[in-house]
Amino acid sequence: MLNVALPKGRLGEKVYAMFEKAGFPCPSIKENNRKLIFENAECGVRYFWVKPSDVAIYVERGAADIGVAGKDILLEYEPDIYELLDLQLGKCRMAVAAKAGFRDDTRRQLRVATKFSNIAQNYYRSKGRDIDIIHLNGSIELAPILGLSDVIVDIVETGTTLKENDLLVYDNIVPISARLIANKSSYKFKGAEIDQITASITAQLEEGK
Amino acid sequence: MLTLKEQVAMNLRELYETYGYSQYRMSKFEEYDLYARNKDFLVSDNVLTFTDLSGKLMALKPDVTLSIVKNTKDLDVVQKLYYNENVYRATKSSHGFKEIMQLGLECLGPIDDYAISEVLSLAAESLRRISQDVVLDISHLGILSEVMEASGIPAELRSDAMNYIAEKNLHDLTALCASCGVPEEDLSILRQLVTMKAPLNADSYQTLTSLLAGRVAPQTLDQFLRILSALEDTEFASMLRIDFSVVDDIHYYNGFVFKGFINGLPGSVLSGGQYDRLMSKMKRTDRAIGFAVYTDMLERLEQPSEEYDVDVLLLYGDVSLSQLRQQIRTLTASGRSVMAQRNIPANIRYREMITIGEVEKNA
Repeated sequence: MLNVALPKGRLGEKVYAMFEKAGFPCPSIKENNRKLIFENAECGVRYFWVKPSDVAIYVERGAADIGVAGKDILLEYEPDIYELLDLQLGKCRMAVAAKAGFRDDTRRQLRVATKFSNIAQNYYRSKGRDIDIIHLNGSIELAPILGLSDVIVDIVETGTTLKENDLLVYDNIVPISARLIANKSSYKFKGAEIDQITASITAQLEEGK
Repeated sequence: MLTLKEQVAMNLRELYETYGYSQYRMSKFEEYDLYARNKDFLVSDNVLTFTDLSGKLMALKPDVTLSIVKNTKDLDVVQKLYYNENVYRATKSSHGFKEIMQLGLECLGPIDDYAISEVLSLAAESLRRISQDVVLDISHLGILSEVMEASGIPAELRSDAMNYIAEKNLHDLTALCASCGVPEEDLSILRQLVTMKAPLNADSYQTLTSLLAGRVAPQTLDQFLRILSALEDTEFASMLRIDFSVVDDIHYYNGFVFKGFINGLPGSVLSGGQYDRLMSKMKRTDRAIGFAVYTDMLERLEQPSEEYDVDVLLLYGDVSLSQLRQQIRTLTASGRSVMAQRNIPANIRYREMITIGEVEKNA
């Protein structure tokens, strides 16, 4: 039985369609109910919906053999997993943004508000810049407006939220998209099924190009 | 009753002693300076420290290999040692320190082909003594480093490239190679190495020989294939695989590196390799190879605990001591476990309850 952790929401539904096409259907997943686990014993697959930021934990700890997680989560938590495929879905970027007219005063410590402390830390460490991380869990855009921070490090999709709050992107850190990940041990013992899915999704991505 | 972890520890100690490895015992403490100088060798930067009575900064051992390297001397024979020690590490998941039992072996000295093949065999045999459904992935850092160098990946990007190789992450590896102008042919070789999970047989060796011709020094590849082919006729050959996604810190490790997996456990339970670079960093001329088994992970393989805590719960009231002891002797002689109590303990699971003497009503 192959256990697959899918991120709840639109992205998860798109990914499920890819798995279905790859020969691992589970029709019950399309029923509109509050169930979290769906199994198709015939195809030897079990899907479960989990919070997108938790997918990597399920996979790293072996509760799921494979799953789909955003590159932002993988960079932030650095789980010990295989990253098999870039699914080219949920594309966005991790960026540094600040109020219009911002100028980095290198004589002072830079105050950075973010949900992604590890990514911010690594990015500024690579630049040799001393920073003060302010870890927030949401509404990050508020921080520079209220003077809580100089800049923010956050995910930017269309840039609309930034624009509406008079913020501008100053640096792009890394492009983000959804990735197919696998537990390292599962890959040793269920490699054939995982390779079948990876190959089929690769072909689907090629077709879609 | 021994737990699986304890059974495995006994079993592996016996295995290592059969091959002439002697147990290396050490103190729980080590001067902190040793770890400060070799931080990257450790799984985590965080070390539990304290100041001892002479004012020296000491640490509870986060690692055993460093202490063995520090406390042994270069000899003209191979020193074969094994250990079964607790180490103290900060864990990402628990946000605190954990005491972890580590069992492993080290081989230090003039390491030759035989010594490498013996350590690989003992790693495979260690896994087999835990479970029959196991895989030992074998890689070679010398080969990977030479391929990267030949492909022109700049030194400052090699650690990123190694991370992508460890993740079998072809998309980011491809992007990195594109950013530094790696030729298509070299990228293709890297991609084939990353996705390789080949059994030990002539076809695999042939594939590697033609893939790496001109990019890896012949003696490096020859030694790799010579040692692997010597393991082909062993009873555990089918569980060995060539998988170049096994990597380790190239500042400490070189040559063979390997990781062991057991079906049902989420991560690798065994990890090892040649660490000649650590030896020379610590001013040693000897070479070295070893591995560790993370026995604490084996708890997850334990069978569910027995249905009952005890066969007989013997509740006793006012009876003579000799009568009570006689009753217990009779029960235990019949092979049953007995717990004697005046009252029924909370949460106990027993097969049968026997009372002797006048027992209180609320018992």
